[in-house]
Amino acid sequence: MNRSAPPFSVEELYTVLNAVMDPEVPVLSVVELGIVRGVDVDDERVTVSVTPTYSGCPAIAVIERDIVAALHAYGVEDVQVKTIYSPAWTTDWIPADAREKLRAYGIAPPGPADHDAPVAIGRRRAAVRCPYCGSIETDIQSDFGSTACKAIHVCRSCRQPFEEFKAI
Amino acid sequence: MVKKADSSAASPPQNDTVEYLLRLGDDRLVLGHRLSEWCGHAPILEEDIALANIALDLVGQANLLLTLAGQTENAGRDADALAYLRDGLDYRNTLLAELPKGDFAFTIARQFFFSVYSMLLADALRQSAIKDLAGIAEKMLKETRYHVRHSGDWMLKLGDGTEESHARLQSAVDELWRYTGELFLTDDIEQRLVERKVAVDCSRLEAGWREQVNGVLRESGIKTPEVKWMQRGGRIGRHTEHLGHMLAEMQILQRQHPGAEW
Repeated sequence: MNRSAPPFSVEELYTVLNAVMDPEVPVLSVVELGIVRGVDVDDERVTVSVTPTYSGCPAIAVIERDIVAALHAYGVEDVQVKTIYSPAWTTDWIPADAREKLRAYGIAPPGPADHDAPVAIGRRRAAVRCPYCGSIETDIQSDFGSTACKAIHVCRSCRQPFEEFKAI
Repeated sequence: MVKKADSSAASPPQNDTVEYLLRLGDDRLVLGHRLSEWCGHAPILEEDIALANIALDLVGQANLLLTLAGQTENAGRDADALAYLRDGLDYRNTLLAELPKGDFAFTIARQFFFSVYSMLLADALRQSAIKDLAGIAEKMLKETRYHVRHSGDWMLKLGDGTEESHARLQSAVDELWRYTGELFLTDDIEQRLVERKVAVDCSRLEAGWREQVNGVLRESGIKTPEVKWMQRGGRIGRHTEHLGHMLAEMQILQRQHPGAEW
């Protein structure tokens, strides 16, 4: 059999993966979130490298299953999902247009991740802009929200509680 | 002088690595489980969610570390086997992690002491010669910074809060202090791994830990206890009676229904 060209191109596989949405934040794909770190085609085998967001994120098992299912549906029979740990996932990988999708969905997008500064204990953090009314008159309620990746805020202008995709 | 815990006999390099990964993984698994006991019981809803989230981070970190331990050991044990099918004597966590959750002040003080230690450890461990371990450490560092801020904020609120919250926090700090020394005990296993650039010499983290912790205690109006004797034993499997009770609850399903999945 002639194996000179792989049956699938990396580009078309990325198009397939771009339609696999994060189960907790269904406006962003696993590619936009930066969970997919690479796609390799070796003959008929496709290997997708993924990196977990938070260590204990329960969505990662669902994400891996969804990736395999999407590629199977596209006709790729041999799909391998490989987990890589380095470099560690950061919200800095989420591109500008995806951040706007988050905001439109009602989740304040993450600010820049700064891991070299000392942890500011007992210090007021910069307010996060309300994704509903755009006001900066907001207060943080908790660094921990409905999922590991979100913090809870409340807007003093429009009285709307909202979540922030926190920088990490 | 470098303080040393009791050391085991010389063993092949990969055994050292497995032992080290078990120490890292077990601290986080046991503390994560203790923290999960607050689920549905925390003083306010936001705190219930926060503690459960932090527990999830810790159990997640334990999952990564124990998975790596199982792969390094290469004897067919995965993270589940290591978590659910080992007896207390084979657990390598510090005594600090296994103490019962106590009241909210006790939980916060323990989280603060452990999180600052874990942050310093993860920061240094990012240079580990084992690439997967370095990657896990990088992830741990990001998560642990949020844990330090969470527990640190509460240290200030409780210490500088009401008379009762202050008294409870002081009592928790007094009780916990004697368990903090074990975090910084090194031994031959760790030193051999330090030479191979795999591990961090945890005795070198103590000064930085004291500086950060004392700063927050001072700001909270809490006195730093004067304790000379530090408890030890967890790293070599000599645990308090509390670990066995905790494991009985944590492991009962896999012990009674081996291989059960849901």
